[in-house]
Amino acid sequence: MEVELSNLSKKFGDVVGVEALDLDIHDGEFVAFLGPSGCGKTTTLLMMAGIYRPTTGTIRFGDRIVNQLQPRDRNIGMVFQSYALYPHMTVFGNITYPLKLKKVPRQEQQRRVEAAAETMGIAHLLDRRPAQLSGGQQQRVALGRALVKEPDILLFDEPLSNLDARLRLTMRGEIRSLQKRLGITAIYVTHDQVEALTMADRIAVMNLGRLQAFATPDDLYERPPTKFIAGFVGNPPMNFLDIEFAQENGTLQLRSESLELGLPPEFAAAAAAADGAVTFGIRPEDIILDDNGPVSGEVFVVEPLGRDDLLDIIVGTEHFLLLADPKRKSRAGDRVRLSFDMTRAHFFDPRSELALSWK
Amino acid sequence: MQANLTAYGFMAPAGLLVLLFFFLPVLIVLYLSLTNLASANFTSNLAEMEFIGLRNFQTLLNDQFAKKIFFNTIFYVMSTLALFNVTAALIVSLLTAHINRRAGFVFRALWILPRITTSTVYILIWRRMMAEAPFGIINQVNTALGWPTWNYGAENPWVFVILVNGFIGISFGMIIFTSAIESIPADLMNASLVDGSTYLQRIRHVTLPLLRWPLLFVVTYQSLSLLTSFEQILLLTDGGPGLYRTEVWALTAFHRALSNYFGNTQWGYGSAFAVVLVIIGVILAVVYMRVFRFDELVAEPRIEVL
Ligand SMILES: Nc1ncnc2c1ncn2[C@@H]1O[C@H](COP(=O)(O)OP(=O)(O)OP(=O)(O)O)[C@@H](O)[C@H]1O
Ligand SMILES: [Mg+2]
Repeated sequence: MEVELSNLSKKFGDVVGVEALDLDIHDGEFVAFLGPSGCGKTTTLLMMAGIYRPTTGTIRFGDRIVNQLQPRDRNIGMVFQSYALYPHMTVFGNITYPLKLKKVPRQEQQRRVEAAAETMGIAHLLDRRPAQLSGGQQQRVALGRALVKEPDILLFDEPLSNLDARLRLTMRGEIRSLQKRLGITAIYVTHDQVEALTMADRIAVMNLGRLQAFATPDDLYERPPTKFIAGFVGNPPMNFLDIEFAQENGTLQLRSESLELGLPPEFAAAAAAADGAVTFGIRPEDIILDDNGPVSGEVFVVEPLGRDDLLDIIVGTEHFLLLADPKRKSRAGDRVRLSFDMTRAHFFDPRSELALSWK
Repeated sequence: MQANLTAYGFMAPAGLLVLLFFFLPVLIVLYLSLTNLASANFTSNLAEMEFIGLRNFQTLLNDQFAKKIFFNTIFYVMSTLALFNVTAALIVSLLTAHINRRAGFVFRALWILPRITTSTVYILIWRRMMAEAPFGIINQVNTALGWPTWNYGAENPWVFVILVNGFIGISFGMIIFTSAIESIPADLMNASLVDGSTYLQRIRHVTLPLLRWPLLFVVTYQSLSLLTSFEQILLLTDGGPGLYRTEVWALTAFHRALSNYFGNTQWGYGSAFAVVLVIIGVILAVVYMRVFRFDELVAEPRIEVL
């Protein structure tokens, strides 16, 4: 089912929950809503579910405007962060509940619940109550309850945030493959960027109630359209630095208090668009420890991450984060030389925070 | 040992109060119920009081009106509880939980008025309402509409006794139920709607089952407090009209022991009524604790959530 949100806003008195949201979601697509706490992800989801009435704008499912429809008429399945299982019903009762309300014949109820339980691997738990289940099992029951009524659209509100890291990893894969197999349009709210990047076909990045970008994970990572996205997507985060462009002997250069680097000619347009100060961004993996590198610095902090060491390096007065091979046994105080892969540099207007190199 | 002493030390003031203002009076009443103390056979000398064993209770058993009063009491407690203290309170809570928050608050505040109005004033209003034509307000409305007038006080005293007490009783359950409804997680309520319920279905399948403990608590507490309440009935009908039409047990205890009924204040006999009430109350409390497993009710969170 296609979903289209246009000019969707929700205000709670003076508080803006969501502001003028436009979004086109394809049939069968897996879309993640990514953004920091309080940016309006849940509010958007609850408007789609029919719990909140939009202040302005329309919500379209397929070719139907659903603004006026009650939740029960929207044929959606929803998985909540708290799982929201009915504590007084058994697992079977929880999963049948949507079917009971739809007045599905008893035998078919039985069959469909058993099928859903089978899919979710909880067939042996049907007689238990939610309080007698582990978090992961509750999560599966919640998913089973959302799936059993064969919804057109699945809504997830941070469904994995209460699980441990390992279980989160398996559930990610399961949810994703289940959704692909059933071909249900899914909208998945998360503030975990790894979840969004690994699961979603496209990611809607939100901040302060507004849509910042709506693009594929690759696009967001490679060509972040705003400084907010550049900083929010990617871990460890992108390094930012205030610089100015300069021309020297016909070559383009980047200059800051403590750094002077040559730039490839493709940034000429960005340099032309810039007006004085510019924010330069570079990801930790694009700065390389290189004994012949043009820049010298000193290791300030070493944070072992297991596969890599995260180094905080001081160049003049600036700090850069970068990743190093643990075999180097870097230690604070080491003198190092760096080279920057400037083909992967990002530039932003410091006032509008928009990217200068691409739109 | 030291810690125990400290604990007892902290409990002592409350314990002393209970001892002084509950156990001691009960003991005194118990003793009085075994005497013939009454204004007819007592002048000013306590020594004239006679210990007569269980004779008061024997009299009570053979009292031709005691049985009627007993069933009056059961009728009064059950109807008020079923119609108002539980059902109406639940309806008001559910209703106000589903409307605009501020409107809900105002509506609930209205229902607290009967509880906080001085009982004499409150009863005065009701007596004005139910009075005979041409004085009573309801009868004035009847007249204006061309309907027959009616002597409510004489014809339907129970209706008014129950209404008067019910209106007071609503607020207690209402407050308990409302706070319980509001503490049901929003996700759970939303999940039910998304799963396809109407608001009514949600009340039936989700809200009410989650209100099980608060419901039991209100039934327990309110039945015990109705059993011992009598001041509204005293002020409204004084147990009448006629002989004991709306007389309840607690009111009889008052009439016999503390008001000059039939020109003879029977402290001893009235105490016997009071003692029966205390015994019934204690038995009921124990039964409730067993049946409803009150200890769990108190120990667990008020509503069952994950
Ligand atoms: N019922 C409400 N009444 C008033 N304000 C609300 C209500 N619901 C949300 N808000 C406000 O709207 C904004 C967006 O909230 P929302 O719950 O959508 O954030 P979120 O992106 O889901 O955050 P989180 O990641 O913490 O769940 C917040 O500023 C929040 O305070
Ligand atoms: Mg949220």
